[in-house]
Amino acid sequence: MNPQVAMDGLVAGSMIGLGALGITLTYSILRFANFAHGEFIAWGAYLALAAGAALGSVFPGLAAPVGPFSFGWALPVALFAAIGLNGVLALGVDRLLFGPLRQRRSSVIVLVMASFGAALTLRSLLEFIFTSRPAYFSKALQIALPLGGGIRATPDQLLTLGVALVFVVCVHLLLTRTAMGRSMRAVSENVALAGCVGVEVGSVIRVVWLLGAGLACVAGVGAGLLVQIRPQMGLDLLLPLFAAAILGGIGSVPGAMVAGLVVGLSEALAVQFVGAEWRAAVAFVILVAALLLRPQGLFGRAD
Amino acid sequence: MSLELVSYGAFFLTMALTFAIICLGLNVQWGQTGLFNVGVAGFVAAGAYVSALLTTPEDAARLGGFGMPIAAGWLGGALASAALSFMVGALTIRLRADYLAIATFGVAVVVQLCALNLEAVTGGPFGVGFIPRPFAGTARNPLSFGLLNLGLLAALVAMLYLLVERLTRSPWGRVLRAVREDEAAALALGKNASRLRLQAFALGGGMMGLAGAVQAHFIGFIAPDNYMPMLTFQVWAMLIVGGSGNNRGAILGAVLVWAIWAGSAALISTLFPPAEQARAAALQIVLIGVALCGVLLLRPRGIMGEEQIVSRHVGKPHKAGAP
Repeated sequence: MNPQVAMDGLVAGSMIGLGALGITLTYSILRFANFAHGEFIAWGAYLALAAGAALGSVFPGLAAPVGPFSFGWALPVALFAAIGLNGVLALGVDRLLFGPLRQRRSSVIVLVMASFGAALTLRSLLEFIFTSRPAYFSKALQIALPLGGGIRATPDQLLTLGVALVFVVCVHLLLTRTAMGRSMRAVSENVALAGCVGVEVGSVIRVVWLLGAGLACVAGVGAGLLVQIRPQMGLDLLLPLFAAAILGGIGSVPGAMVAGLVVGLSEALAVQFVGAEWRAAVAFVILVAALLLRPQGLFGRAD
Repeated sequence: MSLELVSYGAFFLTMALTFAIICLGLNVQWGQTGLFNVGVAGFVAAGAYVSALLTTPEDAARLGGFGMPIAAGWLGGALASAALSFMVGALTIRLRADYLAIATFGVAVVVQLCALNLEAVTGGPFGVGFIPRPFAGTARNPLSFGLLNLGLLAALVAMLYLLVERLTRSPWGRVLRAVREDEAAALALGKNASRLRLQAFALGGGMMGLAGAVQAHFIGFIAPDNYMPMLTFQVWAMLIVGGSGNNRGAILGAVLVWAIWAGSAALISTLFPPAEQARAAALQIVLIGVALCGVLLLRPRGIMGEEQIVSRHVGKPHKAGAP
């Protein structure tokens, strides 16, 4: 086996893991499969692109590539702006759509369907604003550095991998070590009971959306940096995200990340041995295998 | 001029009725049983491709065609989709409600992928042509061709409508709704909820496959692009607008939403220059997406709403006793 496959798979898998984290959090706390999550990834990438372009035009110095990377300081700054904007977007969608449906105690499936409608709206809106032509954060070419053992990686790839790991550790610490994390876990166990003991369910839900949208934004910027930005990128990632969230076990942060890496590695292997045209089927095979063999996921508890 | 209008009208209505069949199938799954299928396009495509494979004349470039009659293609398409639905259902129906949704989404992705990549069977991105069309002998006269096809489709939709109405009113249909409303109560009464759900899911899937086959034969050509997630979305919009749980609503919604869709597409192509049409089409989808969410929020019952159905034997004694 070519060790390069492992590197490419890990880098792609870390982005899937970040997205799956958001899905698993909304799933375990809001209790529905959010089909619009992929669109938060695409919107995050486009928001960062727009913010980066705006910054670059005001301060041209920021657009010049930094060190070994293909982008200038404008991108990291734009990333944080886009994380905030993406959170506002998610809160807005919740305010307009999911909130009222929750209030009416609509069934899970109505929420899923609403998320499906929201996904199409958000995606087509991107296509309308930015057209379906692919966009790039940077046109600079990068030379892959040899890392030893026959593995090569570009500085951008190594950076996104590192950033993804940092974010996952932060989310894990947030969930396990802080008061907010304890409240979130309480709400995911039992909403009514959590409300009874004084957990503010409303603010927990807001934090979940902010976290999910923020992680989606990081994943979108990473995927956009490594490949390209397209309005369809969220739709293409949706099945790998769900496969990772279910394989990892709904609600499990380390599970989502590990399963994301598994999905990314399997996709890279499939591209190597089966052919790139079948890449999209890999996530489905993993999903079916997980549902058949271990429906509660690797790190999940049986219901 | 008026003849052209009539034959366009016939074409439009025939297309709308093929959507009505998909909608009736989705209504069996969602409206009656509460099963969420996000992969409608995949099941429709499976029916269309199987039927095309069975009925097209032999082609050296790919497997088959077997040159069978059109009816065999319809039947084959319906059975193939029913089998596919059965397998997906058997895998997920016992698990959480939205795992089925995720799995059907995956099916649509994989069917699309197979249609694109299994060139030896599906013709790849160029699709399958020369699919035999019903009443092809009259194709030289567009008016009679259109009207005959419309008549055939109307008869088919009427038959399926009567079938599902009959089923909804049967004990089987009542148990389905009981399972949907209160699974624990239905289980306590000794009803096998998973098996009933699976039957309904396979039946609905089979109807979608039939619709795919009928559509393929009406147009005479299929390609992977016809079965994008957009199709799933359109069918959902039709059912939600018409009123889920109501079979007449499903048919009405199909005609209405297809009219809005075709009308706005025509409007876009006259109003916008060719370079801007792709963007305008995106806006069209945005508007329909907002409309779907709006209906869910403001009028979740749709235009017709669900019909309250009890056994047709209930209430009879009163009528008999009335003067």
